[in-house]
Amino acid sequence: MRITVNGEAREITEGQSVASLLSELGIQDERVAVELNLTILKREYFKQTLLRDGDRVEVIGFIGGGRGLGYEG
Amino acid sequence: MKDEDRLTIAGIEFRSRLWVGTGKYKDFIETQKAIEASGAEVVTVAVRRVNIVDRKSENLLDYLSPQKYKILPNTAGCYTVEEALRYARLARAAGISDMVKLEVIGDEKTLFPDTAGLIEAAKILVKEGFIVLPYTNDDPVVAKRLVDVGCPAVMPLAAPIGSGLGIRNPYNLKILMESVKVPVIVDAGVGTASDAALAMEYGAAGVLMNTAIAGAKDPILMAEAMKYAVWAGRLAYRAGRIPRKLYATASSPIEGML
Repeated sequence: MRITVNGEAREITEGQSVASLLSELGIQDERVAVELNLTILKREYFKQTLLRDGDRVEVIGFIGGGRGLGYEG
Repeated sequence: MKDEDRLTIAGIEFRSRLWVGTGKYKDFIETQKAIEASGAEVVTVAVRRVNIVDRKSENLLDYLSPQKYKILPNTAGCYTVEEALRYARLARAAGISDMVKLEVIGDEKTLFPDTAGLIEAAKILVKEGFIVLPYTNDDPVVAKRLVDVGCPAVMPLAAPIGSGLGIRNPYNLKILMESVKVPVIVDAGVGTASDAALAMEYGAAGVLMNTAIAGAKDPILMAEAMKYAVWAGRLAYRAGRIPRKLYATASSPIEGML
């Protein structure tokens, strides 16, 4: 199964949850926001939400930036 | 700052009137040291994709603990209302607070705000329960509109972002401060300590800056200078300056002269 995470194509196993994807990526979920197909997914749904073929996932966090254009991650 | 002179926005009390950005530093250690030296309590951060390729890369928030600082996410780099709304909502979902520094940029070269888009986005976000702190220009009418749609403070620029030109239109800024009843945080364009002091002397409730500190030869020393400048400017504002006069007024009495 193929999904897109932060613009990069990625192979995942059938029935993988968002929480499992984050843990596979080594991301602590308390500091990020997840957008699934352009809709924000609340943190309490990370575990129960299963990814589907073609899903577009954005994992967003905070980086240094203050004025104007922030630095790209 | 003395306890009785705290800055309050939307019921949130702020210890420091100097707010700082976290971009453009050499590394996270320098960021941390400079922010520590500035005494700032509010630090702005940008909202971006997490680096999923290199997971060993460190996180800014490991250096700036949300327990110690008020982390203020911004919508920097957003050029449309839709984009700004998306970033603001993501920032809130990432779970720090309902506060957002709203930027809707209208022009790439000057980074001046698109004020029509800004007012529109602010209105929507306020309805969604956000505490919206808008980065705006020094137009008093726009500031009033932003307050009308529910912004609990406004953040006019002193000069273009990162330009270091200082306060380019002091009279407009003064009119703006007298036109709105909410705190005014001067945001962007400050170049050195005297610029920050001047903004405070005009009656700003605070100053937000990034480049003036991060771009200085010694950012940590400049951070400290800014701390005192904002403080001195605030005290001078509260003390009330003397009127300007064209001719001299002797300080020493004439009586008793030989």
